[in-house]
Amino acid sequence: MQSNWIGCWALFIKEVRRFYSVVVQTVFAPVVATLLYLLVFGQVLETQIETYSGLSYSQFLIPGLVMMAILQNAFSNSSSSLIQSKMHGNLSFVLLSPISPFEFYIAFVAASIVRGILVGVSILVVGMIGFDLSWQSPLWVLVFAVLSAAMMGGLGVLAGIISDKYDHLAAFQNFVIMPLTFLSGVFYSIHALPGAWQKVSHFNPFFYMVDGFRYGFFEQSDVSVYLSLSVTILFLILISAINLILLRKGVKIRQ
Amino acid sequence: MSEVPAVKFNQVKKQYGNLMALKGVSFSVEEGAFFGLLGPNGAGKSTLINAMSGLVIPTSGSIEIQGYDVDRSYRQARRLLGLVPQELIADPFFSIQELLELQSGYFGLKGPEQKAWIGELLERLALSDKADSNTAQLSGGMKRRVLIAMALVHRPRVLVLDEPTAGVDVELRKTLWEFTRELHQQGHTIILTTHYLEEAEALCDKVAIMQSGEIKALDSTVALLSRHSYRYLRVSLSEPAGGLITPLQARLVEKEPNGLVFKLEKTASLTQLLSWLHESQLKVSDVSSRDVSLEEVFLDLTSEGRV
Repeated sequence: MQSNWIGCWALFIKEVRRFYSVVVQTVFAPVVATLLYLLVFGQVLETQIETYSGLSYSQFLIPGLVMMAILQNAFSNSSSSLIQSKMHGNLSFVLLSPISPFEFYIAFVAASIVRGILVGVSILVVGMIGFDLSWQSPLWVLVFAVLSAAMMGGLGVLAGIISDKYDHLAAFQNFVIMPLTFLSGVFYSIHALPGAWQKVSHFNPFFYMVDGFRYGFFEQSDVSVYLSLSVTILFLILISAINLILLRKGVKIRQ
Repeated sequence: MSEVPAVKFNQVKKQYGNLMALKGVSFSVEEGAFFGLLGPNGAGKSTLINAMSGLVIPTSGSIEIQGYDVDRSYRQARRLLGLVPQELIADPFFSIQELLELQSGYFGLKGPEQKAWIGELLERLALSDKADSNTAQLSGGMKRRVLIAMALVHRPRVLVLDEPTAGVDVELRKTLWEFTRELHQQGHTIILTTHYLEEAEALCDKVAIMQSGEIKALDSTVALLSRHSYRYLRVSLSEPAGGLITPLQARLVEKEPNGLVFKLEKTASLTQLLSWLHESQLKVSDVSSRDVSLEEVFLDLTSEGRV
């Protein structure tokens, strides 16, 4: 069956223009909120928390906060767009078109990556002005930023599909995404945790994304960067496969 | 006329929990037809239309648009079909122009020719001066026109209008009638669902009446109307009516302030009626007759008796 990449591109552009039309809410607000975290936690915990050797706590914190913002905003983009489109009924404009489930998914995930990276870069730029931050392996930084944003964009699509109302999505965001990002080692190295909590952290996929991303800056990490890459790719494939099955079957969107 | 039907439904079933919304619907709509799909609320019209458009996946059965299966060959099928949905949908993030350009993009269409077509649609639907307005700020009638433009943006061969004139004023209704007639004359196959049965009677050359997920009747509008072998006679009176003789009493369907309406077999002679009127000593000032309407056929066929 022939492809419709023009259609996929149009949907991607629509999704980017959607969040850009409310840029204060979708980009500036998360940047300011994250910088407040940096200001408050960086100042208060500067001498309290032990991180990698040769690094101040603020230097350690910035990549974690950047990744946290990428994860949360990539998730928000696809999930809120889908639930809004479902609620307003305008999702049918896309569903009536010859866009395949795969093209639909790619467009939503790509737009989520753009928003996640845009917020992440904005925080990073401000962070680099105030703090001495080096990039030991920029390629790892880019790889983890893109793959993690894609995974979270995919998770947002999944949440948007299965949610019937805003309340369901809020529950997903507050009871799944928020705890997993806050407990992913953004604010600390898991080596600083007690043994049992260290083990629990290894079951949190977001931990690998934060840890791998941080490796790109310092070439130091809690676990091997290859393990982090494998876990991130595995989750991306898993979430994508679930989404494509649901989209193909039309679950909760073609009913 | 092509031998491949514009739309072909084959044993289409749709189940929602314990509710069977469509109970194995099978029929075809010929290419170039102006087809009316009628039925009371909850009959399954919108489910059937949504299944045809890919907005609902049937539990079983198949649907083809000009020979293309809406599931297996969905890209071709969707390119051939335009749907004007019943709900007044808007997208608060975009203007009319932007929405039409995006919708064109979804169908893989772009370039100056497509831009010109969008301009033509805006012009034809009297939306040009509102092209940069946000769709969420438009009136109901404007939103309806935008939805028609959206459905036509990829020049579909089959246009489905789900209650297009619901809640619109008389003037816009007339404009929409003219516009759909024009599209039909240009060769589009039109499928219309409506609660206004006089609309279906005036526009459609073929009609299907649905009830409880099934097709109750499917025929040309003329044939459906001629199935009923009676007509109505309105007798205007210059003085109030007294008693009626038995044959008239049996045929009386309505009492009006200055007249009576009788349902009369088409075979019954007018002379006989006049004789009965004379016997009943009625002061008749006028007699007029009319044939059965689609609404009456519809009410006869559907047990609910309401649209």
